Amino acid sequence: MATLVGALVLWEAATRALRIPRFIMPAPSAILGEGWEWRYRFIEHTWVTLYETLGGFALSMVVGVPLAVLIVYSPILRGALYPLIVLAQSVPKIAIAPVLLLVLGYGELPKMVVAFLVAFFPVVIDTATGLHATPPELLDLSRSYRASAFKTFLKVRLPMALPFIFAGAKVAITLSVIGAVVGEFVGSDKGLGYVILSSTSYWKTELAFSAMILLSLMAIVLFAAVSLIERLTCPWLVPERDA
Amino acid sequence: MIRLDGVAKTYRTRRGDPVEALAETSLTVGENEFVTLVGPSGCGKSTLLKLVGGLVPATRGTIRVREQVVNAPFPDVGFVFQQPVLLPWRSVLDNVLFSVEMLGLDPRQYRKPAVDLLELTGLAGFETKYPYELSGGMQQRVAICRALLPDPGLLLMDEPFGALDAMTREEMSLELLRIWEERRKTILFVTHSIPEAILLADRVVVMTPRPGGIARVIAVDLPRPRTMDLEFDARFKAHSDEVRSLIFAGRKVRA
Repeated sequence: MATLVGALVLWEAATRALRIPRFIMPAPSAILGEGWEWRYRFIEHTWVTLYETLGGFALSMVVGVPLAVLIVYSPILRGALYPLIVLAQSVPKIAIAPVLLLVLGYGELPKMVVAFLVAFFPVVIDTATGLHATPPELLDLSRSYRASAFKTFLKVRLPMALPFIFAGAKVAITLSVIGAVVGEFVGSDKGLGYVILSSTSYWKTELAFSAMILLSLMAIVLFAAVSLIERLTCPWLVPERDA
Repeated sequence: MIRLDGVAKTYRTRRGDPVEALAETSLTVGENEFVTLVGPSGCGKSTLLKLVGGLVPATRGTIRVREQVVNAPFPDVGFVFQQPVLLPWRSVLDNVLFSVEMLGLDPRQYRKPAVDLLELTGLAGFETKYPYELSGGMQQRVAICRALLPDPGLLLMDEPFGALDAMTREEMSLELLRIWEERRKTILFVTHSIPEAILLADRVVVMTPRPGGIARVIAVDLPRPRTMDLEFDARFKAHSDEVRSLIFAGRKVRA
């Protein structure tokens, strides 16, 4: 905390002393001032980006987790889908975004799709890893009781995989923010990414900084929310206590 | 109770080369007998255990348990492995109930028997605790309760005390014998430890590697109930020497 305050003070002092022009590096006081003036419009823009982020994230989980289950349980599907997934991952999303906007229009949907494309790969990989993480003795035990594959999945493999799924979710949510902003950079008239782009073209750098700060805060809060859900869902993952 | 006739198991490696884990083996085990399988790595003892339990199919020969041919998992078996592999998200009691749940039975009918089993193994009062709160020995005791809950006729144990420290091991050996005296069943127990094998068993099956198979079956001539000081009995030493000579045959110890 103290280092943060110190850094801000230094920043403020440096911009004043060195007379750095506002449009290159604004002082924290200027950022706060302009940001506060713009607050109502910022709320609207933040909400748009948040909506896109959450939509993309939700899609990545709803598609990614079942996809991982399919890949783990079906060698045929694994052979068919795995290369496609890796291919989708290797194409830079920045390159896809303009095409998506052409196809899906100017609204929130294409940004959600970009967010989804960026976020679903870690979800799939982490979920698949988690499903493979069950100790073989437990699987032998389930087999010895002649439990169905579904029962073993529900009672053993899925709960075992939860920590991994949450790891994937934590990465996915932060990537979703990036995906939404990338989508906005390519073409939009709303959202924090749009604000950054348009305000810099008007030399209103303070607004760009404000938008960046808001984006960072959004990512942090979303990450913390996922972590909280993880702690509530998986209470057994308590860190090692002293005996 | 158990009969193996000319049973052999060959695995295939990734490259397709055959690995003979167990050469042609025959063995009979009587009802409620405590039989230990002892031998060095690669002698096929764990494979034999899995074959009897139906977890792996035999490449040759037949396995019969109570006259029924075994080539797939069947009810009436309890497994205990070297790692307790309890479910970390379940309490101790729910972990014990795991076996009956997976068998498709109603766990509510088994709550009282589960609590009784925990008491029998010295874990009374730990029903609501979680695995991370228990020591290795205690976790393994939970695993044993889990295996015993459906009251199987056959208990297959693969180095269950292998992950425990030496003193806990000794304690658990006697504990197991005590439980066995109260709830008789047939036990096949795999171990690396020669003293453990002799102390626990009615008969010791000595196995050797390359190829994996039975060298000899030794009847243990010691009274029950067994105690730790039997290790100093002359008969114990005789059995121990015999087992050792079979296992270390042909290996010269360089002084």
